[in-house]
Parts: sequence; structure tokens; C-alpha cells
Amino acid sequence: MTASRLTLWLLFAPFLAWVLLLVVIPHIDLLILSLREKVAPRVYETGFRNYADFITSSVYPWTLFRTVAFSLVTTAVTFVIGFPVAFYIAKVARGRRRAALFLLCLLPFWVSEIVRVFGWMMILRETGLLSGFLQWAHVTSGPVEFLYNDAAIMIGLVYTSMLFMIVPLISTIDGLDDALIEAGYDLGGNGVTVMTRIVIPYAMPGIMAGSIVVFMLSLGNYLTPTLLGGKNGQWFTAQIYNQFITRFNWELGSAFGFILLITSTLVVWLLLRLSGQSLSNTLGR
Amino acid sequence: MKLTLKLTAAASALALIAGAAQAETLRLLTWGGYAPDAVIDAFEAETGIEVEVTLSNNEDMISKLRATGGAGFDLAQPSQDRILGPQMEFGIYKPLDQSKLDKALWVGDLYDASIKSTTVDGQAYGVAHIWGSSGFAMDRSRGEGIKTWVDLCKPEYAGRISMRLKRTALLGMSFGLGDDPFAAYDDPVKYEELMKKAAAKLAECKPNVKAYWSGSDDLLAMMRSGEVIAAEAWDATGFKLYGEDTKFNFVAPETGALGWIDTFALPAKGEADDAAYAWINFVMRPEIAAQIIEASGAFSASKGSDELVSPVMKAAYQEAFTPDVIANIKWFPPVPAGLEDIEGRLLDEVAAK
Repeated sequence: MTASRLTLWLLFAPFLAWVLLLVVIPHIDLLILSLREKVAPRVYETGFRNYADFITSSVYPWTLFRTVAFSLVTTAVTFVIGFPVAFYIAKVARGRRRAALFLLCLLPFWVSEIVRVFGWMMILRETGLLSGFLQWAHVTSGPVEFLYNDAAIMIGLVYTSMLFMIVPLISTIDGLDDALIEAGYDLGGNGVTVMTRIVIPYAMPGIMAGSIVVFMLSLGNYLTPTLLGGKNGQWFTAQIYNQFITRFNWELGSAFGFILLITSTLVVWLLLRLSGQSLSNTLGR
Repeated sequence: MKLTLKLTAAASALALIAGAAQAETLRLLTWGGYAPDAVIDAFEAETGIEVEVTLSNNEDMISKLRATGGAGFDLAQPSQDRILGPQMEFGIYKPLDQSKLDKALWVGDLYDASIKSTTVDGQAYGVAHIWGSSGFAMDRSRGEGIKTWVDLCKPEYAGRISMRLKRTALLGMSFGLGDDPFAAYDDPVKYEELMKKAAAKLAECKPNVKAYWSGSDDLLAMMRSGEVIAAEAWDATGFKLYGEDTKFNFVAPETGALGWIDTFALPAKGEADDAAYAWINFVMRPEIAAQIIEASGAFSASKGSDELVSPVMKAAYQEAFTPDVIANIKWFPPVPAGLEDIEGRLLDEVAAK
């Protein structure tokens, strides 16, 4: 083995150990666990009953569907809000203004997720800031509850994942030659056609990269839906947590974990297929 | 060769030191308020044993110990009813050596009851420490119409009640509906039927729930702000609120408060049993137990400790627990293995409604 190859292997080793020890082996363990059926205390059989329990349940598939649907909506909303911001930062703002705007996007991440969520709870709760303000302004006569509903979950998720949509968008839009936009106008295009035929197709890899990250983050989020959604905030990750921690049903919990993994892989594959992108083209850039 | 020998010797010496150092630490898995800093300091000063506290709850304790097969902690404090089932399923505890306990420190009845209910195959796994009950934490100026569990579902309290979506809510509702789920513990079919009925009531009651609380801080915030009038809660939460404003207190349902006893249990692979026994006998002294009562808001099985608590705590207790209420407490019997699977499925269904 030559010295350079040895160096390569040594540099590669921590990553390999990481993937093997923290990703591959735990997943194999989880897979084995998910195929174990509990018959009686300390008696187990191998089979697919945990997966069958999921499919035949009236609750779990619905929660999974809800979680996926919410994550997709979150992704779409994040894109709609994030795209103009990213375009402005990448193409319109210059110099210090640009840096300041970028910093503003980063600002919420200076505190941890739980602090951000508690911040939203203080704003949205019945005796909170927003309700208090509306009463002070005589818009409503009594306190209004904004917390513990689906909109609150959506606000929290969009707020949390905005940065992960904006950053990849900025980096791709930044690479777009201004001459292309000018050429578009020269050839008779207007704002809409330039945007839909030049900017968006060009930014597609960035859009997909941002969407995949935001979708995955929302799908795997636990804190935000649990705290902001309250009694109706059913989220699939919370179900997994429940099975493991409060029900001691690791077998079903592992099956849920695999079902979530398969579902998210499928959705991402579908998104890439529909947008005509490939994984290496988007996240690999 | 010589070098290797020396290294081996050095390594084993190090291991010995490490082992000795470890024995001087007690890793305690317990509830908030059960090991106040002042008590830990006093214990360290007296015995030289360091105490590492990990805060937890019943489900979390079982999960943590199950994950390691009972290693990682030297002393745990599960409720007495949650020892039998998990011990049968996962074998996470080791039997208590009662000769190492200073039995005279305990209230005799509680000692015997806890030993009895944690006995598996002739060996006892838990001994009483703190006891309390579950019922309602209530703003008494606004909740006079709430007498039993089903009253939480009255339309006039829409959006003004809270509970923890766990087995206590299910069992309480079952009592509220006039059933006796504890009597059905040994009959899984009957039990499932009762729980289904209770779950249906909980689901019907869901519009009344502001939010299901998960930690007592959540609940305290909702009670203090007036957003919630009454909640399924531990008596300690009611007493704590009473200390802030006497309009709040713990109120026992007419069907009886649900009584629990948190115990001391030794994890199967605990490494500091002597330190654990030393801690148990230390915190059961009445003057130490009184400090723990103040911190946790719940009562101790230590004999004579109740006379040493603060006047506020005493007043809250005396208002909430009249002799009738005490006589009517329904003590959680040991949960047989398997029952929690039934409850879990039903609770998930309520959550998804």
C-alpha cells in the first residue's frame, strides 16, 4: 500500500467508523428487533406481526399520513416564503446589507430549538402576547387561544426550517449569470416568464436540496409538533417515542422506525422523479 | 517482557483505583424533589459517598434499565405497582436484603404493604419511600362542580381542564364511570372491556381538554394563568399551588384518590449496593425525610416525619385529606405484565381522536 493510499484510508477511517457504528449496525439491530413478536413475558417469535399491527391499526397509518402531509405543506410554505428572500439576498442586496440580511436568517438559530418553541408558546398561548395585543387593540373582546392547533404546528415548523431552505437557494441563485436574466428581458420576456423559464429551472437543484432537507427535518421533528400541537398534535416520531419509552414496546417502535424510513425514502425519490433531478445533482453539489 | 508485565501491573492498579472510586459514588435514578441538594450534601459529609442524581419517571426508569439490562444505576425509585410486571418481563432489579434496612424508621403498614406488593417468586424487590395520590389539582373558586372524574367532561368546563394522557387518566375515568378496574387486574378480557369504556369516555371528553400536560411545570403554568380550572394531577402539585394561593389545592374525587407509593429498588447490575442501603437508611430518618417532603410536596414513609413539615404544607394536607378521604384512597395494586399493552393501544387511539 502506498503512503498516499494509507493517508486516504486514515482520513476515511473516522467517517467509516461513524457510519458503521452509528448508522449501519443500529439499523440492523432495529430491523431484527422489529421482526420480533412478543408472545408472553420473555418469550418471542420471529415474524411480521409488528408491521401487520401497523397496517391494521386505525390510528398509526393515519398519523403517518398526517405527518407526511404536514411535512410536505411545510416544505411548500417554506419555499414560497424563502424563495423571494433568497432571490433578494442573492441578486438584489449588495455588500453589508446582504451580510446583515443573511445574519437575520441565522439569528433564530442562536438559541436551541426548545427555547424557540417556548418563545412561540409564550406568544401564542391564551394568556400570551398575541392574544393580549388583540384585546388591547379591541380587535377581540376576550382572550383567544392560538396554541394547540395545526396552524401553530405549521408556524413552528416553517420558522424552524426556513434557514435550511434559504441557504441552498442563495448558493444556487448566486451562480446565475445576470446576463441570462437581461437576455430574457431583451428577448421579450416579462417578470413572470423570466422567473418561471430562467430563474426557477436554473435554481431547481437548490430548490430540491432545500426541499429535501426541510421535508426530512419536519418529518423527523419531535419537539415542535408535540409542544405546539398539544392534544391534537399527532406526529409519527412522537408515536415512535411513545412505543419505546412509555409502552416498553421496542418491537413495535422499531417497526415504526423502519416504516418511517421507507416512507421518507419513497417521498424523496418521488419528489426527485417529479422534478427531474437526481440526488447527486441536488444534495451532492 | 518486563515492560509488558509492568504495563499490565499498572493497568490493573488503575482498574482497581477506578473500581474503588466507582464504589464511592451512588448513581440514583429518581423523581424531581426526592433528592434535594441539601440532603445530598449532608449525606456526602457523613459518609463520603458522592451521589449522582438522574431525574426520571416510572416509564423512563423502566426504559433506561431495560436498555442496559439493569446497569448504569445503583438505586432506582419506581412506584410499587410498576415493579412486578417489568421485573417479570425484563428482570431489571435484584432482590432487597431486608436485613440491611433499619425497619424501625418506617411506618410499619407502608413497609409491609410495599414489600408485599413487590414480591416476585418469594423475593421482595422494593420498599416504600414516598407516597401520595392522584386526583384533581383545582382552582376551588371556579371548580365547585367537579366532584368525580366524569365531571371533568361537563360542558361548562370546556377547554378548561387538563390531564396527563397516561394510565392514571384511564383508570380514574373508569372509577368515575362506576367501575372497579383494580378488581379486574387479573382478568385481561374484563379489564380490556372496562378500559375500552373508559377510553371512549376520555375521547368524548377530549374537547374539554385544554392540552394534555406532560411535566408538572406545564401544568403549573396552565393553572397559575387561569387557563385551566381543574386537572388530573398529583397531590403534590395541588399543595404547591396552595402555597402560592390558597384558592388552589388538591381535591380528591368522590370515587377516591388513587394512591401510589414510590419505592427504593436495586437495579440488577447496580455496583454500589452498600452505598444504596446507606442512602435508604439515611433519607428515612425523620428530619431528613421532612426536608424531602418539603421539596417534593409528597409524603414520606418515614415514621415521625409528618410532624416536622412546614405549617403551610400541613394546612394544605389537612384541607385535602380529611379522615374520610384517606380511608377512601384506592391504592394502585401491582400491574400484571401485559396490561400496559392494552392501555397503551387505547391511549394512542384517544390521542389520535
